[in-house]
Amino acid sequence: MSTHTGMAAKRKAPDRRMESATKKRRSPTRVNPALYLFPLPAVAVIAFFLVMPTLQAFQYAVTDWNGFSAAFDYVGVDNFIRAFTKDSLFTNALTNNLKFVLLVVIAQTAFSLVLALLLTKNSRGGILLRALFFFPTILSSVSVAFIWKFIYDPNFGLANSVLGATGLQGLQGSYLGDSNQALYWVAVTQVWFHAGQMMVVYIAGLQSIPRELYEAAEMDGANKWQQFKSITWPFVAPATSIVVAYTTVQSFKAFDLILGIAGNPPKSSLDILSTRIYSTFANSEFGYAAAQSIIFMAMIALVTWIQRRLLRLTPKGE
Amino acid sequence: MLASISRRAILGIYALIIIIPLTVVGFGSFKSTQELFEGPFSLPRSLSPANYAEVIGGQDLGSSFWNSVIVTAVSVPVTLFIASLAGYAVSRLKGFVSWAIFGFLVLGMAIPAQANMVPLYVLFGRLGLLDNLQGLILANVVSTLPIAVFILGGFMRTLPKELYEASSIDGTGPWKTYASIALPLSTPSIAAAAIFLFVIHWNELLYPLLFIQSPGNRTLPLALLSFQGEFQTNYPLLFAGVMLASLPVVVAYIFLQRYFVAGITAGASKG
Repeated sequence: MSTHTGMAAKRKAPDRRMESATKKRRSPTRVNPALYLFPLPAVAVIAFFLVMPTLQAFQYAVTDWNGFSAAFDYVGVDNFIRAFTKDSLFTNALTNNLKFVLLVVIAQTAFSLVLALLLTKNSRGGILLRALFFFPTILSSVSVAFIWKFIYDPNFGLANSVLGATGLQGLQGSYLGDSNQALYWVAVTQVWFHAGQMMVVYIAGLQSIPRELYEAAEMDGANKWQQFKSITWPFVAPATSIVVAYTTVQSFKAFDLILGIAGNPPKSSLDILSTRIYSTFANSEFGYAAAQSIIFMAMIALVTWIQRRLLRLTPKGE
Repeated sequence: MLASISRRAILGIYALIIIIPLTVVGFGSFKSTQELFEGPFSLPRSLSPANYAEVIGGQDLGSSFWNSVIVTAVSVPVTLFIASLAGYAVSRLKGFVSWAIFGFLVLGMAIPAQANMVPLYVLFGRLGLLDNLQGLILANVVSTLPIAVFILGGFMRTLPKELYEASSIDGTGPWKTYASIALPLSTPSIAAAAIFLFVIHWNELLYPLLFIQSPGNRTLPLALLSFQGEFQTNYPLLFAGVMLASLPVVVAYIFLQRYFVAGITAGASKG
Protein backbone atom coordinates (compact mmCIF):
# COMPACT_ATOMS: atom_id res chain seq x y z
CA MET A 1 0.00 0.00 0.00
CA SER A 2 2.81 2.36 0.82
CA THR A 3 4.08 2.05 -2.77
CA HIS A 4 0.79 3.37 -4.08
CA THR A 5 0.80 6.45 -1.91
CA GLY A 6 4.43 6.98 -2.85
CA MET A 7 3.59 6.96 -6.51
CA ALA A 8 0.61 9.21 -6.01
CA ALA A 9 2.82 11.72 -4.25
CA LYS A 10 5.37 11.69 -7.05
CA ARG A 11 2.67 12.33 -9.64
CA LYS A 12 1.12 15.17 -7.75
CA ALA A 13 3.82 17.70 -8.56
CA PRO A 14 3.56 17.78 -12.37
CA ASP A 15 -0.22 17.60 -12.12
CA ARG A 16 -0.34 20.77 -10.12
CA ARG A 17 1.81 22.63 -12.62
CA MET A 18 -0.46 21.56 -15.44
CA GLU A 19 -3.51 22.61 -13.51
CA SER A 20 -2.26 26.14 -12.96
CA ALA A 21 -1.19 26.48 -16.59
CA THR A 22 -4.60 25.50 -17.87
CA LYS A 23 -6.67 27.05 -15.14
CA LYS A 24 -8.49 29.45 -17.39
CA ARG A 25 -9.59 26.80 -19.82
CA ARG A 26 -11.33 23.69 -18.52
CA SER A 27 -8.52 21.61 -17.19
CA PRO A 28 -8.28 18.28 -19.03
CA THR A 29 -6.97 16.60 -15.90
CA ARG A 30 -9.90 17.73 -13.79
CA VAL A 31 -11.98 14.94 -12.44
CA ASN A 32 -15.22 14.34 -14.27
CA PRO A 33 -17.99 14.42 -11.64
CA ALA A 34 -19.51 11.27 -13.13
CA LEU A 35 -16.48 9.47 -11.76
CA TYR A 36 -17.93 9.76 -8.28
CA LEU A 37 -20.77 7.44 -9.32
CA PHE A 38 -18.39 4.58 -10.06
CA PRO A 39 -17.57 3.49 -6.51
CA LEU A 40 -21.17 3.91 -5.34
CA PRO A 41 -22.35 0.29 -5.83
CA ALA A 42 -19.35 -1.05 -3.94
CA VAL A 43 -19.65 1.51 -1.16
CA ALA A 44 -23.38 0.83 -0.80
CA VAL A 45 -22.91 -2.95 -0.66
CA ILE A 46 -20.11 -2.73 1.90
CA ALA A 47 -21.90 -0.15 4.03
CA PHE A 48 -25.21 -1.97 4.11
CA PHE A 49 -24.13 -5.61 4.23
CA LEU A 50 -20.77 -5.50 5.96
CA VAL A 51 -20.29 -2.39 8.09
CA MET A 52 -23.85 -2.11 9.34
CA PRO A 53 -24.11 -5.77 10.39
CA THR A 54 -20.76 -5.51 12.15
CA LEU A 55 -21.93 -2.52 14.13
CA GLN A 56 -25.17 -4.33 14.86
CA ALA A 57 -23.20 -7.24 16.30
CA PHE A 58 -22.08 -4.87 19.05
CA GLN A 59 -25.68 -4.01 19.78
CA TYR A 60 -26.85 -7.63 19.88
CA ALA A 61 -23.89 -8.55 22.04
CA VAL A 62 -25.27 -6.67 25.04
CA THR A 63 -28.70 -8.32 24.84
CA ASP A 64 -30.16 -11.72 25.61
CA TRP A 65 -32.04 -11.82 22.29
CA ASN A 66 -32.97 -15.29 21.08
CA GLY A 67 -33.33 -14.25 17.44
CA PHE A 68 -37.09 -14.65 17.18
CA SER A 69 -39.06 -12.99 19.96
CA ALA A 70 -39.71 -9.28 19.74
CA ALA A 71 -38.80 -8.76 23.38
CA PHE A 72 -35.30 -8.90 24.80
CA ASP A 73 -33.39 -7.32 27.62
CA TYR A 74 -30.17 -5.40 27.67
CA VAL A 75 -27.79 -7.34 29.83
CA GLY A 76 -24.69 -5.17 29.54
CA VAL A 77 -21.44 -7.09 29.53
CA ASP A 78 -23.00 -10.23 31.01
CA ASN A 79 -22.48 -12.17 27.78
CA PHE A 80 -18.78 -11.38 27.84
CA ILE A 81 -18.46 -12.33 31.51
CA ARG A 82 -20.31 -15.55 30.82
CA ALA A 83 -18.00 -16.42 27.92
CA PHE A 84 -14.84 -16.09 29.97
CA THR A 85 -15.96 -17.27 33.40
CA LYS A 86 -19.01 -19.52 33.19
CA ASP A 87 -18.89 -21.21 29.82
CA SER A 88 -16.33 -24.00 29.71
CA LEU A 89 -17.39 -24.81 26.14
CA PHE A 90 -16.30 -21.36 25.07
CA THR A 91 -13.01 -21.27 26.96
CA ASN A 92 -12.27 -24.75 25.60
CA ALA A 93 -12.87 -23.54 22.04
CA LEU A 94 -10.72 -20.48 22.68
CA THR A 95 -7.84 -22.58 24.03
CA ASN A 96 -8.13 -25.05 21.15
CA ASN A 97 -8.18 -22.22 18.63
CA LEU A 98 -5.11 -20.47 20.03
CA LYS A 99 -3.25 -23.77 20.20
CA PHE A 100 -4.29 -24.60 16.63
CA VAL A 101 -3.20 -21.20 15.33
CA LEU A 102 0.15 -21.43 17.06
CA LEU A 103 0.81 -24.94 15.74
CA VAL A 104 -0.22 -24.18 12.18
CA VAL A 105 1.56 -20.83 11.97
CA ILE A 106 4.88 -22.28 13.13
CA ALA A 107 4.63 -25.49 11.09
CA GLN A 108 3.27 -23.92 7.93
CA THR A 109 5.67 -20.99 7.88
CA ALA A 110 8.69 -23.24 8.41
CA PHE A 111 7.59 -25.92 6.00
CA SER A 112 6.55 -23.59 3.20
CA LEU A 113 9.91 -21.82 3.50
CA VAL A 114 11.73 -25.15 3.26
CA LEU A 115 9.75 -26.09 0.15
CA ALA A 116 10.39 -22.68 -1.38
CA LEU A 117 14.13 -22.89 -0.69
CA LEU A 118 14.25 -26.28 -2.38
CA LEU A 119 12.26 -25.07 -5.37
CA THR A 120 13.53 -21.53 -5.92
CA LYS A 121 15.13 -22.32 -9.26
CA ASN A 122 12.85 -22.37 -12.29
CA SER A 123 13.87 -25.83 -13.51
CA ARG A 124 11.28 -27.90 -15.32
CA GLY A 125 10.99 -30.48 -12.56
CA GLY A 126 10.82 -27.72 -9.98
CA ILE A 127 7.94 -26.00 -11.74
CA LEU A 128 6.08 -29.29 -11.94
CA LEU A 129 6.56 -29.95 -8.23
CA ARG A 130 5.42 -26.41 -7.37
CA ALA A 131 2.22 -27.02 -9.32
CA LEU A 132 1.72 -30.29 -7.44
CA PHE A 133 2.38 -28.80 -3.99
CA PHE A 134 0.05 -25.91 -4.73
CA PHE A 135 -2.73 -28.20 -5.85
CA PRO A 136 -4.45 -28.98 -2.50
CA THR A 137 -5.15 -25.25 -1.97
CA ILE A 138 -7.75 -25.22 -4.73
CA LEU A 139 -9.83 -28.04 -3.25
CA SER A 140 -12.80 -27.34 -1.02
CA SER A 141 -12.27 -27.74 2.70
CA VAL A 142 -14.95 -30.40 2.85
CA SER A 143 -13.15 -32.42 0.18
CA VAL A 144 -9.85 -32.14 2.02
CA ALA A 145 -11.62 -33.11 5.23
CA PHE A 146 -13.03 -36.28 3.65
CA ILE A 147 -9.68 -37.26 2.16
CA TRP A 148 -8.01 -36.94 5.55
CA LYS A 149 -10.84 -38.63 7.40
CA PHE A 150 -9.98 -41.67 5.35
CA ILE A 151 -6.24 -41.29 5.94
CA TYR A 152 -6.89 -41.09 9.69
CA ASP A 153 -9.54 -43.80 9.89
CA PRO A 154 -8.25 -46.06 12.68
CA ASN A 155 -9.59 -49.30 11.18
CA PHE A 156 -9.37 -48.95 7.42
CA GLY A 157 -7.38 -45.74 7.01
CA LEU A 158 -4.39 -45.11 4.79
CA ALA A 159 -2.01 -44.06 7.55
CA ASN A 160 -2.45 -47.25 9.53
CA SER A 161 -2.36 -49.46 6.42
CA VAL A 162 0.92 -47.89 5.30
CA LEU A 163 2.40 -48.27 8.77
CA GLY A 164 1.17 -51.86 8.94
CA ALA A 165 2.58 -52.76 5.54
CA THR A 166 6.00 -51.31 6.37
CA GLY A 167 6.26 -53.15 9.66
CA LEU A 168 5.70 -50.07 11.78
CA GLN A 169 2.60 -51.33 13.57
CA GLY A 170 3.92 -49.74 16.75
CA LEU A 171 3.27 -46.29 15.33
CA GLN A 172 -0.35 -46.97 14.39
CA GLY A 173 -2.79 -44.77 16.22
CA SER A 174 -6.38 -43.70 16.41
CA TYR A 175 -5.59 -40.12 15.30
CA LEU A 176 -8.81 -38.10 15.44
CA GLY A 177 -10.28 -40.62 17.84
CA ASP A 178 -7.70 -39.70 20.47
CA SER A 179 -8.94 -36.48 22.01
CA ASN A 180 -5.46 -35.55 23.22
CA GLN A 181 -4.06 -35.70 19.69
CA ALA A 182 -6.99 -34.83 17.43
CA LEU A 183 -6.14 -31.14 17.18
CA TYR A 184 -2.56 -31.91 16.13
CA TRP A 185 -3.73 -34.17 13.33
CA VAL A 186 -6.12 -31.55 12.04
CA ALA A 187 -3.20 -29.09 12.12
CA VAL A 188 -1.23 -31.51 9.91
CA THR A 189 -4.16 -31.55 7.49
CA GLN A 190 -4.33 -27.76 7.48
CA VAL A 191 -0.62 -27.51 6.64
CA TRP A 192 -1.01 -30.05 3.82
CA PHE A 193 -3.95 -27.99 2.59
CA HIS A 194 -2.20 -24.61 2.38
CA ALA A 195 1.60 -24.97 2.61
CA GLY A 196 1.87 -24.94 -1.21
CA GLN A 197 0.09 -21.61 -1.37
CA MET A 198 2.48 -20.04 1.13
CA MET A 199 5.42 -21.68 -0.68
CA VAL A 200 4.51 -19.61 -3.74
CA VAL A 201 4.59 -16.41 -1.68
CA TYR A 202 8.04 -17.38 -0.39
CA ILE A 203 9.36 -18.29 -3.84
CA ALA A 204 8.43 -14.83 -5.11
CA GLY A 205 10.36 -13.35 -2.17
CA LEU A 206 13.37 -15.61 -2.65
CA GLN A 207 13.64 -14.93 -6.37
CA SER A 208 13.91 -11.21 -5.73
CA ILE A 209 17.15 -11.63 -3.73
CA PRO A 210 20.12 -10.51 -5.85
CA ARG A 211 22.38 -13.49 -6.62
CA GLU A 212 25.53 -11.41 -6.25
CA LEU A 213 24.96 -11.34 -2.51
CA TYR A 214 25.36 -15.11 -2.30
CA GLU A 215 28.36 -15.05 -4.61
CA ALA A 216 30.04 -12.42 -2.47
CA ALA A 217 29.22 -14.34 0.71
CA GLU A 218 30.61 -17.50 -0.83
CA MET A 219 33.86 -15.73 -1.62
CA ASP A 220 34.07 -14.53 1.95
CA GLY A 221 33.83 -18.17 2.96
CA ALA A 222 30.36 -18.01 4.53
CA ASN A 223 28.74 -21.44 4.85
CA LYS A 224 25.14 -22.19 3.82
CA TRP A 225 23.74 -21.61 7.26
CA GLN A 226 25.51 -18.25 7.60
CA GLN A 227 24.23 -17.26 4.16
CA PHE A 228 20.71 -18.19 5.16
CA LYS A 229 20.96 -16.28 8.42
CA SER A 230 22.43 -13.09 7.07
CA ILE A 231 21.04 -12.91 3.53
CA THR A 232 17.99 -15.10 2.95
CA TRP A 233 16.11 -14.62 6.22
CA PRO A 234 16.35 -10.82 6.38
CA PHE A 235 15.50 -10.53 2.69
CA VAL A 236 12.40 -12.70 2.89
CA ALA A 237 11.14 -10.86 5.99
CA PRO A 238 8.34 -9.15 4.02
CA ALA A 239 7.24 -12.54 2.67
CA THR A 240 7.40 -13.99 6.18
CA SER A 241 5.11 -11.34 7.55
CA ILE A 242 2.60 -12.00 4.74
CA VAL A 243 2.77 -15.75 5.31
CA VAL A 244 2.38 -15.44 9.07
CA ALA A 245 -0.48 -12.94 8.89
CA TYR A 246 -2.35 -14.91 6.26
CA THR A 247 -1.83 -18.26 7.96
CA THR A 248 -3.07 -16.80 11.23
CA VAL A 249 -6.34 -15.58 9.78
CA GLN A 250 -6.69 -18.78 7.76
CA SER A 251 -6.28 -21.00 10.81
CA PHE A 252 -8.59 -18.88 12.95
CA LYS A 253 -11.19 -19.52 10.27
CA ALA A 254 -10.64 -23.27 9.80
CA PHE A 255 -14.40 -23.64 10.25
CA ASP A 256 -15.11 -25.65 7.08
CA LEU A 257 -12.25 -28.05 7.63
CA ILE A 258 -13.24 -28.74 11.24
CA LEU A 259 -16.90 -29.31 10.37
CA GLY A 260 -15.94 -31.60 7.50
CA ILE A 261 -13.47 -33.67 9.47
CA ALA A 262 -15.17 -33.69 12.87
CA GLY A 263 -18.85 -33.38 12.00
CA ASN A 264 -21.36 -30.75 12.99
CA PRO A 265 -21.23 -29.94 15.86
CA PRO A 266 -17.62 -31.07 16.38
CA LYS A 267 -16.63 -32.86 19.55
CA SER A 268 -15.11 -30.66 22.19
CA SER A 269 -11.50 -31.58 21.44
CA LEU A 270 -11.89 -30.09 17.96
CA ASP A 271 -14.19 -27.19 18.75
CA ILE A 272 -12.72 -23.82 17.73
CA LEU A 273 -14.14 -20.31 18.08
CA SER A 274 -15.95 -20.16 14.75
CA THR A 275 -17.59 -23.57 15.23
CA ARG A 276 -18.55 -22.57 18.79
CA ILE A 277 -20.13 -19.33 17.55
CA TYR A 278 -22.07 -21.34 15.00
CA SER A 279 -23.31 -23.78 17.63
CA THR A 280 -24.37 -20.94 19.92
CA PHE A 281 -26.16 -19.32 17.01
CA ALA A 282 -27.82 -22.61 16.01
CA ASN A 283 -28.94 -22.86 19.63
CA SER A 284 -30.87 -19.59 19.14
CA GLU A 285 -28.69 -17.61 21.53
CA PHE A 286 -28.21 -14.72 19.13
CA GLY A 287 -27.10 -12.16 21.69
CA TYR A 288 -24.54 -14.48 23.19
CA ALA A 289 -23.29 -15.62 19.76
CA ALA A 290 -22.79 -11.98 18.79
CA ALA A 291 -20.72 -11.41 21.93
CA GLN A 292 -18.61 -14.46 21.06
CA SER A 293 -18.13 -13.07 17.54
CA ILE A 294 -16.76 -9.86 18.96
CA ILE A 295 -14.31 -11.76 21.16
CA PHE A 296 -13.36 -13.74 18.05
CA MET A 297 -12.59 -10.57 16.07
CA ALA A 298 -10.67 -9.14 18.99
CA MET A 299 -8.60 -12.33 19.26
CA ILE A 300 -7.63 -12.19 15.58
CA ALA A 301 -6.67 -8.54 15.94
CA LEU A 302 -4.69 -9.22 19.11
CA VAL A 303 -2.75 -12.18 17.74
CA THR A 304 -2.01 -10.31 14.51
CA TRP A 305 -0.76 -7.33 16.50
CA ILE A 306 1.51 -9.48 18.67
CA GLN A 307 2.96 -11.16 15.58
CA ARG A 308 3.67 -7.87 13.88
CA ARG A 309 5.54 -6.71 16.95
CA LEU A 310 7.55 -9.92 17.13
CA LEU A 311 8.39 -9.89 13.43
CA ARG A 312 9.46 -6.28 13.61
CA LEU A 313 11.81 -7.16 16.44
CA THR A 314 13.61 -10.06 14.77
CA PRO A 315 15.08 -8.38 11.66
CA LYS A 316 16.29 -5.48 13.80
CA GLY A 317 18.05 -7.91 16.10
CA GLU A 318 20.10 -9.28 13.19
CA MET B 1 26.06 -34.39 -2.38
CA LEU B 2 24.41 -35.04 0.94
CA ALA B 3 22.41 -31.85 0.53
CA SER B 4 21.18 -32.91 -2.88
CA ILE B 5 20.11 -36.33 -1.57
CA SER B 6 18.18 -34.88 1.33
CA ARG B 7 16.65 -32.28 -0.99
CA ARG B 8 15.39 -35.04 -3.26
CA ALA B 9 14.17 -37.06 -0.31
CA ILE B 10 12.12 -34.20 1.15
CA LEU B 11 10.60 -33.25 -2.20
CA GLY B 12 9.96 -36.86 -3.17
CA ILE B 13 8.31 -37.81 0.10
CA TYR B 14 6.10 -34.73 0.13
CA ALA B 15 5.13 -35.33 -3.50
CA LEU B 16 4.03 -38.83 -2.48
CA ILE B 17 2.07 -37.46 0.49
CA ILE B 18 0.07 -35.41 -2.00
CA ILE B 19 -0.15 -37.87 -4.89
CA ILE B 20 -1.03 -41.02 -2.93
CA PRO B 21 -4.16 -39.73 -1.16
CA LEU B 22 -5.44 -38.09 -4.36
CA THR B 23 -4.93 -41.31 -6.31
CA VAL B 24 -6.60 -43.36 -3.62
CA VAL B 25 -9.59 -41.01 -3.76
CA GLY B 26 -9.75 -41.16 -7.56
CA PHE B 27 -9.49 -44.95 -7.69
CA GLY B 28 -11.66 -45.37 -4.62
CA SER B 29 -14.55 -43.48 -6.16
CA PHE B 30 -15.02 -46.47 -8.51
CA LYS B 31 -14.71 -49.16 -5.85
CA SER B 32 -17.06 -50.84 -3.44
CA THR B 33 -16.41 -50.28 0.25
CA GLN B 34 -14.99 -53.77 0.60
CA GLU B 35 -12.74 -53.39 -2.42
CA LEU B 36 -11.41 -50.09 -1.06
CA PHE B 37 -10.61 -51.52 2.36
CA GLU B 38 -8.94 -54.63 0.93
CA GLY B 39 -6.63 -52.73 -1.39
CA PRO B 40 -6.79 -48.94 -1.17
CA PHE B 41 -3.87 -48.51 -3.59
CA SER B 42 -4.92 -51.01 -6.25
CA LEU B 43 -6.54 -50.04 -9.52
CA PRO B 44 -10.31 -50.39 -9.40
CA ARG B 45 -11.48 -53.75 -10.77
CA SER B 46 -13.97 -52.01 -13.01
CA LEU B 47 -14.79 -48.42 -13.88
CA SER B 48 -18.28 -48.93 -12.56
CA PRO B 49 -20.06 -45.58 -12.23
CA ALA B 50 -22.31 -46.96 -9.48
CA ASN B 51 -21.04 -44.54 -6.82
CA TYR B 52 -21.43 -41.57 -9.13
CA ALA B 53 -24.91 -42.64 -10.13
CA GLU B 54 -25.78 -42.98 -6.45
CA VAL B 55 -24.50 -39.54 -5.41
CA ILE B 56 -25.80 -37.71 -8.48
CA GLY B 57 -29.19 -39.36 -8.72
CA GLY B 58 -29.89 -41.02 -5.39
CA GLN B 59 -28.43 -38.29 -3.22
CA ASP B 60 -29.35 -35.47 -5.56
CA LEU B 61 -25.83 -34.11 -5.85
CA GLY B 62 -26.73 -33.31 -9.44
CA SER B 63 -29.04 -30.50 -8.44
CA SER B 64 -26.51 -29.24 -5.87
CA PHE B 65 -23.97 -29.17 -8.67
CA TRP B 66 -26.21 -26.90 -10.73
CA ASN B 67 -26.93 -24.68 -7.77
CA SER B 68 -23.19 -24.25 -7.30
CA VAL B 69 -22.77 -23.51 -11.00
CA ILE B 70 -25.50 -20.85 -10.91
CA VAL B 71 -24.26 -19.20 -7.71
CA THR B 72 -20.64 -19.11 -8.90
CA ALA B 73 -21.49 -18.06 -12.46
CA VAL B 74 -23.41 -15.05 -11.17
CA SER B 75 -21.42 -14.01 -8.12
CA VAL B 76 -17.97 -13.99 -9.75
CA PRO B 77 -18.80 -11.57 -12.62
CA VAL B 78 -20.96 -9.38 -10.39
CA THR B 79 -18.16 -9.05 -7.83
CA LEU B 80 -15.64 -8.33 -10.58
CA PHE B 81 -17.87 -5.71 -12.17
CA ILE B 82 -18.62 -3.79 -8.98
CA ALA B 83 -15.02 -4.06 -7.81
CA SER B 84 -13.59 -2.91 -11.14
CA LEU B 85 -15.87 0.16 -11.15
CA ALA B 86 -14.65 1.06 -7.69
CA GLY B 87 -11.05 0.23 -8.57
CA TYR B 88 -11.25 2.43 -11.64
CA ALA B 89 -12.64 5.37 -9.68
CA VAL B 90 -9.95 4.95 -7.04
CA SER B 91 -7.26 4.98 -9.71
CA ARG B 92 -8.56 8.20 -11.26
CA LEU B 93 -9.71 10.23 -8.28
CA LYS B 94 -7.06 12.06 -6.36
CA GLY B 95 -5.90 12.69 -2.86
CA PHE B 96 -8.02 12.11 0.17
CA VAL B 97 -11.20 11.05 -1.62
CA SER B 98 -9.46 8.27 -3.48
CA TRP B 99 -7.66 7.16 -0.34
CA ALA B 100 -10.82 7.24 1.76
CA ILE B 101 -12.90 5.22 -0.72
CA PHE B 102 -10.19 2.61 -1.15
CA GLY B 103 -9.60 2.42 2.59
CA PHE B 104 -13.28 2.04 3.37
CA LEU B 105 -13.77 -0.74 0.83
CA VAL B 106 -10.61 -2.63 1.69
CA LEU B 107 -11.06 -2.39 5.44
CA GLY B 108 -13.79 -5.00 5.06
CA MET B 109 -11.04 -7.61 4.65
CA ALA B 110 -10.41 -7.29 8.36
CA ILE B 111 -13.93 -8.49 9.21
CA PRO B 112 -14.03 -12.28 9.06
CA ALA B 113 -17.29 -13.63 7.64
CA GLN B 114 -17.68 -15.94 10.61
CA ALA B 115 -17.76 -13.00 12.98
CA ASN B 116 -20.72 -11.56 11.12
CA MET B 117 -22.99 -14.56 10.95
CA VAL B 118 -25.61 -13.49 13.46
CA PRO B 119 -26.37 -9.97 12.18
CA LEU B 120 -26.12 -11.08 8.56
CA TYR B 121 -28.58 -13.89 9.18
CA VAL B 122 -31.02 -11.46 10.80
CA LEU B 123 -30.66 -8.93 7.98
CA PHE B 124 -31.05 -11.55 5.25
CA GLY B 125 -34.09 -12.92 7.05
CA ARG B 126 -35.75 -9.51 6.94
CA LEU B 127 -34.95 -9.14 3.24
CA GLY B 128 -36.31 -12.59 2.35
CA LEU B 129 -32.88 -13.81 1.30
CA LEU B 130 -32.74 -16.96 3.39
CA ASP B 131 -33.07 -20.35 1.74
CA ASN B 132 -32.62 -19.15 -1.82
CA LEU B 133 -29.75 -18.78 -4.24
CA GLN B 134 -30.04 -14.99 -4.46
CA GLY B 135 -29.04 -14.74 -0.82
CA LEU B 136 -25.98 -16.91 -1.40
CA ILE B 137 -24.97 -14.81 -4.39
CA LEU B 138 -25.28 -11.58 -2.44
CA ALA B 139 -23.36 -13.00 0.51
CA ASN B 140 -20.55 -14.10 -1.82
CA VAL B 141 -20.38 -10.66 -3.40
CA VAL B 142 -20.29 -8.93 -0.02
CA SER B 143 -17.64 -11.16 1.47
CA THR B 144 -15.21 -11.00 -1.44
CA LEU B 145 -15.76 -7.43 -2.64
CA PRO B 146 -13.05 -5.95 -0.37
CA ILE B 147 -10.34 -8.33 -1.59
CA ALA B 148 -11.46 -7.88 -5.22
CA VAL B 149 -11.22 -4.09 -4.87
CA PHE B 150 -7.82 -4.57 -3.28
CA ILE B 151 -6.53 -6.65 -6.20
CA LEU B 152 -8.14 -4.67 -9.04
CA GLY B 153 -7.78 -1.21 -7.53
CA GLY B 154 -4.18 -1.95 -6.63
CA PHE B 155 -3.48 -2.94 -10.22
CA MET B 156 -5.37 -0.08 -11.88
CA ARG B 157 -3.48 2.45 -9.79
CA THR B 158 -0.28 1.31 -11.49
CA LEU B 159 -1.63 1.99 -14.99
CA PRO B 160 0.05 5.08 -16.48
CA LYS B 161 -2.14 8.13 -15.95
CA GLU B 162 -1.17 9.51 -19.36
CA LEU B 163 -3.42 6.93 -21.02
CA TYR B 164 -6.43 8.30 -19.20
CA GLU B 165 -5.45 11.89 -19.77
CA ALA B 166 -5.08 11.41 -23.52
CA SER B 167 -8.56 10.02 -23.73
CA SER B 168 -10.13 12.69 -21.55
CA ILE B 169 -8.63 15.41 -23.75
CA ASP B 170 -10.48 13.76 -26.60
CA GLY B 171 -13.58 14.46 -24.60
CA THR B 172 -14.36 10.82 -23.80
CA GLY B 173 -16.52 10.29 -20.73
CA PRO B 174 -15.35 8.17 -17.80
CA TRP B 175 -17.61 5.28 -18.73
CA LYS B 176 -16.01 4.97 -22.14
CA THR B 177 -12.52 5.30 -20.67
CA TYR B 178 -13.34 2.60 -18.14
CA ALA B 179 -14.67 0.19 -20.75
CA SER B 180 -12.20 0.83 -23.55
CA ILE B 181 -8.96 1.61 -21.69
CA ALA B 182 -8.99 0.58 -18.03
CA LEU B 183 -10.68 -2.82 -18.41
CA PRO B 184 -8.68 -4.15 -21.37
CA LEU B 185 -5.41 -3.06 -19.79
CA SER B 186 -6.34 -4.74 -16.52
CA THR B 187 -6.97 -8.14 -18.07
CA PRO B 188 -4.15 -9.90 -16.17
CA SER B 189 -5.37 -8.75 -12.77
CA ILE B 190 -9.00 -9.39 -13.69
CA ALA B 191 -8.12 -12.94 -14.72
CA ALA B 192 -6.22 -13.48 -11.48
CA ALA B 193 -9.06 -12.05 -9.40
CA ALA B 194 -11.63 -14.09 -11.34
CA ILE B 195 -9.80 -17.32 -10.54
CA PHE B 196 -9.42 -16.34 -6.91
CA LEU B 197 -13.14 -15.57 -6.62
CA PHE B 198 -14.10 -18.70 -8.52
CA VAL B 199 -12.26 -20.93 -6.06
CA ILE B 200 -13.71 -19.12 -3.02
CA HIS B 201 -17.29 -18.97 -4.30
CA TRP B 202 -17.30 -22.53 -5.58
CA ASN B 203 -16.02 -23.88 -2.26
CA GLU B 204 -18.03 -21.59 0.03
CA LEU B 205 -19.61 -23.47 2.93
CA LEU B 206 -20.50 -21.00 5.67
CA TYR B 207 -23.29 -19.09 3.95
CA PRO B 208 -25.10 -22.14 2.56
CA LEU B 209 -24.86 -23.70 6.01
CA LEU B 210 -26.34 -20.58 7.59
CA PHE B 211 -29.02 -19.75 5.07
CA ILE B 212 -30.16 -22.88 3.25
CA GLN B 213 -32.87 -25.13 4.66
CA SER B 214 -34.34 -26.99 1.67
CA PRO B 215 -32.20 -29.83 0.31
CA GLY B 216 -33.08 -28.65 -3.22
CA ASN B 217 -31.26 -25.35 -2.63
CA ARG B 218 -28.02 -26.83 -1.34
CA THR B 219 -24.74 -26.08 -3.03
CA LEU B 220 -22.10 -28.79 -3.43
CA PRO B 221 -20.04 -28.16 -0.28
CA LEU B 222 -23.17 -28.17 1.88
CA ALA B 223 -24.52 -31.30 0.20
CA LEU B 224 -21.15 -32.98 0.75
CA LEU B 225 -21.13 -31.98 4.39
CA SER B 226 -24.52 -33.57 4.87
CA PHE B 227 -23.03 -36.84 3.53
CA GLN B 228 -20.65 -36.93 6.42
CA GLY B 229 -23.31 -37.84 8.93
CA GLU B 230 -25.22 -40.20 6.66
CA PHE B 231 -22.38 -42.26 5.24
CA GLN B 232 -19.95 -42.37 8.12
CA THR B 233 -17.60 -44.90 6.56
CA ASN B 234 -18.98 -45.33 3.07
CA TYR B 235 -15.80 -43.77 1.73
CA PRO B 236 -16.28 -44.70 -1.96
CA LEU B 237 -19.49 -42.67 -1.95
CA LEU B 238 -17.80 -39.74 -0.19
CA PHE B 239 -14.96 -39.97 -2.72
CA ALA B 240 -17.35 -39.81 -5.67
CA GLY B 241 -18.77 -36.68 -4.09
CA VAL B 242 -15.29 -35.22 -3.62
CA MET B 243 -14.43 -35.95 -7.26
CA LEU B 244 -17.58 -34.27 -8.47
CA ALA B 245 -17.12 -31.22 -6.26
CA SER B 246 -13.48 -30.83 -7.32
CA LEU B 247 -13.87 -31.48 -11.03
CA PRO B 248 -14.51 -27.94 -12.35
CA VAL B 249 -11.75 -26.41 -10.23
CA VAL B 250 -9.26 -29.11 -11.17
CA VAL B 251 -10.00 -28.78 -14.88
CA ALA B 252 -9.61 -25.02 -14.64
CA TYR B 253 -6.36 -25.49 -12.70
CA ILE B 254 -4.88 -27.68 -15.41
CA PHE B 255 -5.53 -25.12 -18.12
CA LEU B 256 -5.16 -21.84 -16.25
CA GLN B 257 -2.49 -22.70 -13.73
CA ARG B 258 -0.61 -19.44 -14.15
CA TYR B 259 -3.65 -17.41 -13.19
CA PHE B 260 -4.38 -19.64 -10.24
CA VAL B 261 -1.00 -19.04 -8.73
CA ALA B 262 -1.17 -15.31 -9.48
CA GLY B 263 -4.73 -14.94 -8.21
CA ILE B 264 -4.50 -16.96 -5.06
CA THR B 265 -1.18 -15.40 -4.21
CA ALA B 266 -2.56 -11.91 -4.80
CA GLY B 267 -5.32 -12.84 -2.41
CA ALA B 268 -2.79 -14.04 0.11
CA SER B 269 -0.62 -10.95 0.04
CA LYS B 270 -3.43 -8.90 1.48
CA GLY B 271 -1.70 -9.00 4.87
